[in-house]
Amino acid sequence: MSKHRIVLEAGTADRRYWRDLWTYRGLFGFLAWRDILVRYKQTTIGIAWSVLRPLLTLGVMAFIGWLFNSPVPEDVPRLLLVGAATLPWTFFSTAFSEAANSLIANSNLLTKVYFPRLIVPTSSVIVCLVDLLISFGILAVLMVAYGFAPDARILLLPLFVLLAMVAALGAGILIAALNVKYRDFRYIVPFIVQFGLYVSPVAFSTQDILDSVRIPEVAKVLYLMNPMVGVIDGFRWCILGGSHGLHLPGFLLSTGVSLLLLLSGIRYFRRTERSFADVI
Amino acid sequence: MAAPIITVEHLSKRYVLHHQQRARYTALRDVLAEKARGLFRGAAGPARSYEEFLALDDVSFTVEQGDRVGIIGRNGAGKSTLLKVLSRIVEPSKGRITIDGRVASLLEVGTGFHPELTGRENIYLNGAILGMSRTEISAKFDEIVAFAEVERFLDTPVKRYSSGMYVRLAFAVAAHLEPEILIVDEVLAVGDAAFQRKCLGKMESVSGEGRTVLFVSHNMEAVQKLCNKGLLLQKGHLLHEGPMDDVIDRYMTARDPSSGTFTLAPPEPGERPGWITGISVLDAADAPSPEIPVLDPFKVQVRFTIDRPFAHGIIAVGINTFLDQPIRTVWSAPQPWSPGNYLAVFHLDDIHLAAGRFKLVIGLSEHERSVHYVENRAWLEILDAAQRKPDPRIINYRSGLVLDQPRVDLHLLDRT
Repeated sequence: MSKHRIVLEAGTADRRYWRDLWTYRGLFGFLAWRDILVRYKQTTIGIAWSVLRPLLTLGVMAFIGWLFNSPVPEDVPRLLLVGAATLPWTFFSTAFSEAANSLIANSNLLTKVYFPRLIVPTSSVIVCLVDLLISFGILAVLMVAYGFAPDARILLLPLFVLLAMVAALGAGILIAALNVKYRDFRYIVPFIVQFGLYVSPVAFSTQDILDSVRIPEVAKVLYLMNPMVGVIDGFRWCILGGSHGLHLPGFLLSTGVSLLLLLSGIRYFRRTERSFADVI
Repeated sequence: MAAPIITVEHLSKRYVLHHQQRARYTALRDVLAEKARGLFRGAAGPARSYEEFLALDDVSFTVEQGDRVGIIGRNGAGKSTLLKVLSRIVEPSKGRITIDGRVASLLEVGTGFHPELTGRENIYLNGAILGMSRTEISAKFDEIVAFAEVERFLDTPVKRYSSGMYVRLAFAVAAHLEPEILIVDEVLAVGDAAFQRKCLGKMESVSGEGRTVLFVSHNMEAVQKLCNKGLLLQKGHLLHEGPMDDVIDRYMTARDPSSGTFTLAPPEPGERPGWITGISVLDAADAPSPEIPVLDPFKVQVRFTIDRPFAHGIIAVGINTFLDQPIRTVWSAPQPWSPGNYLAVFHLDDIHLAAGRFKLVIGLSEHERSVHYVENRAWLEILDAAQRKPDPRIINYRSGLVLDQPRVDLHLLDRT
């Protein structure tokens, strides 16, 4: 009896799935590597776009904040305050959109070869992780330029990067699986991203929301259920340090929603995965 | 005897065809609208008509280790579905499959190739997609490049490759996989003859190493050469299973009358004064079939419609090779036509085409000006019937495009 024995039957969950995922682990890297290689082919300035894009986003966001004279804590330069939020937000929005469209973009693979399909949306999140690293480089340069020294909390940053991945992947794989059958989600994704920017603490801070007397309590709870609230607050808490606090109950709620999203995303994905090739 | 490497028991694959569905995918809107409509209709029955279609219907067979299995059948017989189920791309609807070994499938040449990436990059990417590890690919890299004969273009994006180079590279990667079971779908339909031979040779040597090959093809000669065991599918059923020669023989004699007719959509009103509506290939028994056993006579029927009087109408049929080399053209005698529906029958019994696939090109013209020209719509396959009693003057079926032998005089000048 070979150790590679497979039994295929209708409707039975494949017990080898997670082992297969491990066998095909090389493919995560290869698909991500392909997307990165392809991205800047036939562009003149090539990889410089990876630096230019976040820099421009950051500049525009900071400029708008300056224009509207939004409040800035005294010990933190505006560019860093905005940067600490723009980084995770940009990561989330691109990773989420890419993951959500990844199955359709790779439909030629899905109909012609077997591999655990979870690899596809996951590897598109990995691509965005590379962008995030480059953006961190830019932020680090800015911090040096401002002479801004983060405290020990910065060491916890990888944990929040992981949390950002959980949020992006959870929402991404759920929409990706739905997108295979209902292409409506292709049009919903840009809307979620656009709308998300206004309900995430990029241009403002969670403290502003909690302190506001005009916002009803129920809306505050709803606000805290946004997975990106926990991620962005966490990033600010790590990077800016000092007086910048973290609203713990809110953070836990937001993180809980992220995890729930990931679990239900994986569940739905696994349930529908076997029919992807039939309906895509 | 060892246990079979693949066991398929009562396998069925069902698809649901929605008759009112216009798009390939469902939109959420339709589902919601359907649900809403269902509320009002109550228990009146299903809201839209749909039909179940069994691409595979209760198929059972076993494959022993080292078998080279040829799967043959007409278009729509379920061959590709069977390969997709065995490759785990789609799930069976019923039944059970047990596979004892690593499977690699090659359902399409160059799956996952990215046009912007170079040959070198695509070898790694494609290898990974087909299930090879990075070290495996690195170890085989030189062999793959040599097999594909693309050394000079390794760092060129494959979008600049000729189609031949592209196919060679893609097959080379797949051919260097080392699975216990290799599943191959009709990849030999592409590439030039020399490369096709090379691919067949590679597949033979793969199975010589004790590996199992499942191979779908319309090329009977290739199947016959490569495979020791055959499966014949027809409309989702397993019609016959056994030694390859028997299965091919059975395939040749089991005709499917529905497939010899090619229907064309009518033109826009006013687009042209006359148009071709249908093309049929008729075998020796006048049954429609696009597959004609070698040496049999056949007819081509063309139906067309004339909208206004033609002073000098001609209908013509051309037979081309799949590389678009014309072999012959047959015309009707020019004559005046009044408006109406016509049927032209071309009797093609005077020359014998060698085994292979040919395109039918149909032209409707007036005063030698083309009115309607139809190509790439109808085809014809001359089947290489292994058990046919040949014309004693024909040594084999592949000595050229045409088999007819003119008289050859041989004189004995002196005896030594």
